[in-house]
Amino acid sequence: MKSIIALIPALPLFSFLILVLFGGKLSRKVAGWVGAGSVGIAALLTVIVGIDLIQALPGVKSYSVVVWQWMHAGNLSANIAFSLDALSIVFCFVITFVGFLIHIYSIGFMAKDEGFTRFFAYMNLFVSSMLILVLADNILLMYLGWEGVGLCSYLLIGFWYKEPENGTAARKAFIITRIGDTAMIIGIFILFVSFGTFNIQEIMHLASTKWAIGSSIAVLTAALLLGGALGKSAQLPLQTWLPDAMAGPSPVSALIHAATMVTAGVYLIARTNVLFSLAPIVQTVIAVIGALTLLVAGFSALGQHDLKRILAYSTISQIGYMFLALGVGAYSGAIFHFMIHAFFKALLFLAAGVVIQVLDEEHDIFKMGGLRKKMPVVFLTFLIGSASLSALPLVTAGFYSKDAILWFAYSSNSGGMVLWLAGIVGAFLTALYSFRMIFITFYGKIKTEPSFNAGRFMTVPLIILAVLSVLGGFIELPASLGNIHLFSDLVNNTLPAVAIRNVEHMEWLFQILSSLIALSGIYLAYRWYYLKPPYMESFRKSRLNHFFEKGFEFDKLYQLVVVKPVVWLAEVDKKDFFDLLNISIAKLAIRMNLILSIAQNGKLRWYLLSFAIGIALILTIMMKQ
Amino acid sequence: MDIFFYIAAAIAILSTILAISGRNAIHSLLFLILSLLAISVVFYLLDAPFIAALEVIIYAGAIMVLFIFVTMMLNIGLEHKQEKKWLRPQMWILPSILAAILFIDLMLALKNMPTVVAGKQVILPKQVGISLFTTYLLAVEIAAILLMGGVIGAYHLGSQKKKVLHRFLIKK
Amino acid sequence: MLTVPVETQILFAGILFLLGLVGLLVRRNLVFMLMSIEIMFNSAGLVFIIAARQWNQPDGQVMFIFILAVTAVEVAIGLALILQVYHHFKTLDVDAINKLKDN
Repeated sequence: MKSIIALIPALPLFSFLILVLFGGKLSRKVAGWVGAGSVGIAALLTVIVGIDLIQALPGVKSYSVVVWQWMHAGNLSANIAFSLDALSIVFCFVITFVGFLIHIYSIGFMAKDEGFTRFFAYMNLFVSSMLILVLADNILLMYLGWEGVGLCSYLLIGFWYKEPENGTAARKAFIITRIGDTAMIIGIFILFVSFGTFNIQEIMHLASTKWAIGSSIAVLTAALLLGGALGKSAQLPLQTWLPDAMAGPSPVSALIHAATMVTAGVYLIARTNVLFSLAPIVQTVIAVIGALTLLVAGFSALGQHDLKRILAYSTISQIGYMFLALGVGAYSGAIFHFMIHAFFKALLFLAAGVVIQVLDEEHDIFKMGGLRKKMPVVFLTFLIGSASLSALPLVTAGFYSKDAILWFAYSSNSGGMVLWLAGIVGAFLTALYSFRMIFITFYGKIKTEPSFNAGRFMTVPLIILAVLSVLGGFIELPASLGNIHLFSDLVNNTLPAVAIRNVEHMEWLFQILSSLIALSGIYLAYRWYYLKPPYMESFRKSRLNHFFEKGFEFDKLYQLVVVKPVVWLAEVDKKDFFDLLNISIAKLAIRMNLILSIAQNGKLRWYLLSFAIGIALILTIMMKQ
Repeated sequence: MDIFFYIAAAIAILSTILAISGRNAIHSLLFLILSLLAISVVFYLLDAPFIAALEVIIYAGAIMVLFIFVTMMLNIGLEHKQEKKWLRPQMWILPSILAAILFIDLMLALKNMPTVVAGKQVILPKQVGISLFTTYLLAVEIAAILLMGGVIGAYHLGSQKKKVLHRFLIKK
Repeated sequence: MLTVPVETQILFAGILFLLGLVGLLVRRNLVFMLMSIEIMFNSAGLVFIIAARQWNQPDGQVMFIFILAVTAVEVAIGLALILQVYHHFKTLDVDAINKLKDN
């Protein structure tokens, strides 16, 4: 059973190699099935191992398997070793299952694209790297997976490389996440220097015994790891890459920038939660960043007119919720919201991909309209996804997951009214912008005609994800509505349970409040975007809307504060001392050439004279001896 | 017998000097032939009569004559003034110095040579012939091939393709 | 029998060789340069004959015959080349043939 664990990341990697080496010779059908099939089999294996693990809990906390020794030098040793516990099994399930559905969708979506095989190769490499990340036993292997998903993100964002803007967006994503990665690797260095091991469990154990709560080294390390998480998960201040990353194909946005890669930061913080409990100030910072991000992204989503950019800002906002939950110690809440968010956000991105492709690559929602009757299946699934995103009360999974976070934001020991208020305003905004999206895109007059009907490859995954977006929530119901906690029981085998203040009796009040807020958001969206009163038009042209649309002008800020000074410095440094050294060597060589080429004037008599002088010299020297 | 050697040597050196410093090409070549004849006398005195004969026949008689033919064909001897311009006295300084240095080196090298008494026997042409056709047979064949190559090369290198244009195409 | 010492004979050949060398360095006309080379070849052959007499072997004279053959070929081809040079450059000045100079 344990050896199957190593197969889960290995199968997509193997498929990647096959597609890279033989992709040119395989037909599209075979390439598609190889690509999707490997992830599908990985999903199956995950389910098998998962059932086995769940049955073995809580006695056996995790399965470990060492595949081979990676490096060993002195006291530095790292192995290719995987460890499967409750946290990783949830992530593995989401990655492989949602990934499998997205691969099936891609067979239909990329059917007419010339880079079909290349696409599946990159996607498989991504799935493999992400699985390595979540299954890694030691932090160095996790960093390998971390870098791997960063690479694949770059490759897939810039997939249509013939357009230069796609390359720019891919580079922006890579560079900004790099900033986070650098912070993370410094944190890993500090951990190794302090504890001498890379193994995560050992590090957690040693840290809890050796470091005092609130000690500066714990705060420093936790802050550095948080930096890494911020980059990958696109939270403030490193969130500017995600909206531009929508330049990639829609399945890429669904897999990488909704369901999996951007949640790697959440995984990291959950996995190393001991470090964060040792540095309470960093945890507070996580919660504050999460709250701020969800508000900023929520407002920005209101101002967007590109369909995928609305969803991108929505992702940033929802991950802000997850960070908020992590910050107040509600780890199971964060992971639950991750799983449900993966379902409905992937659904929304895939449905948006269908809409965009059917309308011949039209991204602007104000050029869409009235698609409700033309594409009923897509409309229905999109509606279910948006409802789940807006946390429509009682019927959608999103309600249960988001509600749990809001409750913990208030009731946890480190939570409070301020964080809850931020969350509730964010929930209002979420409902507002998601139904704005629905009303403008699917209702009203038809502005662009759909050119074809989406095939089964694309619609069936939509339907499956829609079902999950509704039913997925019923495994974790709050105390006042059924008190089912299957999910938190599973996850709390690995993660600490959330510590709540003595306010449990007020839970029903908060649930009613959040339901009302969600419904009022939907109603306001109806008034503003369906009935379309005239003041909406003037709002659209206002400065405030422009500010929202530019994502609170973070790009401009970074351009001014970071890019301009660095470029100026580079310009000034163009002619420094080391440059001069290199140039003078080159100039010396040229000067010597000019001098010596005088001796090569083509005159035969010169050459003869030099012969004669040479002979005279040599013979004289020989005679002297 | 020695005196003949010194006389022939003096004639050879003198005529060589006149050959290399002459301005008229034909005169220089004729002086050179004279030098070769003197050297041929030296060869005879050095117990190599066959070689002396070969020197006259081949070197002076064929090679130098070839030189004279080409010089007459190119009419070089008429350019008296040009040669005078090119042969200024100060041109001789540096080569003379170099030649002097090399001559001194030669003398020094000869001083360190162990003295050997000259041989008593005369080498007959018959011996040379036998040696040529037994020990050095391969070299003879190769020399023959070289000569053939020289003939063919000289034929091809000396040919000039004269372009004959139609009278309408000649530029006036 | 010749009783001139060997050193004198070799010095004589050396003088002839050096005269040829000086002629090669001084003259500018191609025909004269070729002529000087002839003088040098001849003096080298003279040394061979001297050596043959010295060591009582016919090899030196054999060598001279080969030198003769080589010289003949060299003069033939050299003169053919001189003809080509004259027809192309219209002059026999060796300084005119400097197309292989640097830049």
